[in-house]
Amino acid sequence: MPDFSKLHEAVLTGNAPAAVAAARQAMDAGIEPVELVNRAISPAMDEVGRLYEAGEYFVPELLLAARATKEVFQLIRPLLTQKDVQPAARVVLGTVQGDLHDIGKNLVGAMLEGGGFEVIDLGVNVPPEKFVRAMEEKQAQIVGLSALLTTTMPAMKTTLDAFRTAGIRGRIKVMIGGAPITQSYADSIGADAYGENAAAAVAIARKLAGR
Amino acid sequence: MPTLSLNLPPGPVITDGAWGTQLQALGLGAGECPDAWNLTHAGRVETVARAYVEAGSQVILTNTFGANRLRLAAHGLGDRTLEINRTGARISRRAAGDRIKVFASIGPTGRLLAMGETNEAELRAVFEEQARVLAAEGVDALLLETFADLDEIRAAIAAAKATGLPVVASLVFDSGPARDRTMMGATPEQAAAAVIAAGADAVGANCGNGIDGFIPICRRLRAATDRPLWLKANAGLPEIVDGRAVYRTSPEYFASRTLDLVKAGATFVGGCCGTSPAFITAIKQALQAAKQG
Repeated sequence: MPDFSKLHEAVLTGNAPAAVAAARQAMDAGIEPVELVNRAISPAMDEVGRLYEAGEYFVPELLLAARATKEVFQLIRPLLTQKDVQPAARVVLGTVQGDLHDIGKNLVGAMLEGGGFEVIDLGVNVPPEKFVRAMEEKQAQIVGLSALLTTTMPAMKTTLDAFRTAGIRGRIKVMIGGAPITQSYADSIGADAYGENAAAAVAIARKLAGR
Repeated sequence: MPTLSLNLPPGPVITDGAWGTQLQALGLGAGECPDAWNLTHAGRVETVARAYVEAGSQVILTNTFGANRLRLAAHGLGDRTLEINRTGARISRRAAGDRIKVFASIGPTGRLLAMGETNEAELRAVFEEQARVLAAEGVDALLLETFADLDEIRAAIAAAKATGLPVVASLVFDSGPARDRTMMGATPEQAAAAVIAAGADAVGANCGNGIDGFIPICRRLRAATDRPLWLKANAGLPEIVDGRAVYRTSPEYFASRTLDLVKAGATFVGGCCGTSPAFITAIKQALQAAKQG
């Protein structure tokens, strides 16, 4: 029975060098990289999310854990690709048109990368057509829309309308978040999911990806 | 009651309400840079300033919250940094006359040190530039507001203190299960200790999740320091009705809770997003009634 606790612990405490060392050691002992993801990294990131919800972790701890995981993925991704293991899913992220705030979006991006997703960040002030183009060109399954301002929230609806007009709404999942966003707003514009914070984003994206 | 050495009257001091949501009511578009209106719509900015003076504010702010070079650069206005701040300070100074104090507003850069998006030296230079130009226009104090990261506000305090003006340091406590931590996890006690150690003359909380949560936070800040306390809650989180933001907190309710804030030790009271001159009038009336009662 291989020991996944070292890697799990290193991710949980945000210790990137220890996480990389533990991953290397495990693979030297013949453990498959996909096992590392399923039995250490994903459970550790779930635990990070739980600690955040419980108020024991805050943004700095989230970022450290995400960075540790990201470094492990840099080590094992080539091996995963060799064995034809796909990334969890491809996610396009952006702050909607008219809104220049990117802290929340960047946190979500870091967490998703830590969760094994391939993240394509379109930046801030992203017009609906740019979201549509990215979803088509990158064949992404999930899109994450961010807004900080009550005045720019309506651009989320406009962006969803653009997906419908482009005929891709049916094949993609839309997750939204940001300070003024609520579940009822997400429901009212027909988004697939609302995330209250960056820690929740990984579990939501996994669910949307059907994993 | 502790106060800044600014010849302010004794007793709680009434500050102002929101600027951003007031400017929106005057036509500021979604995503438009509010600070740029100092140059393009100075008259409307002054309308907001004067409305607060008329409503009874003893301290008004400046429309310079987002006027640091990093944020303005995101709007393509980095090279207008000095004139946007200068004009913002002049507009409020003109509206205030010499009876009302002007505290110049300085907000965060929107870049996270922890993500490597900026560094201490850059923050220090950016805040020094803004603090210096505001101070040169004769404002009475500098207000660092809506900060979430103690490292960033430390850089801002150092820059602001270098002007010689009094400095108020105000953070947002909206995170954690009890909504009593900053985004980065600092408690009111930790925040108060950090900003005072960095040289702030007064400590505060603003924005957040509505005024109810501010009363325990104010009490904790009061227990943590003898310095003046600055409290500006928002009018609750907005609901979106027909595509417009609606704040549900009424001026009367906000004013009644402001009395509780004063009991909890607040020195400066006013409002953040969603509050208006009507809120300031209501606070003034409530404070007067409480004094007579």
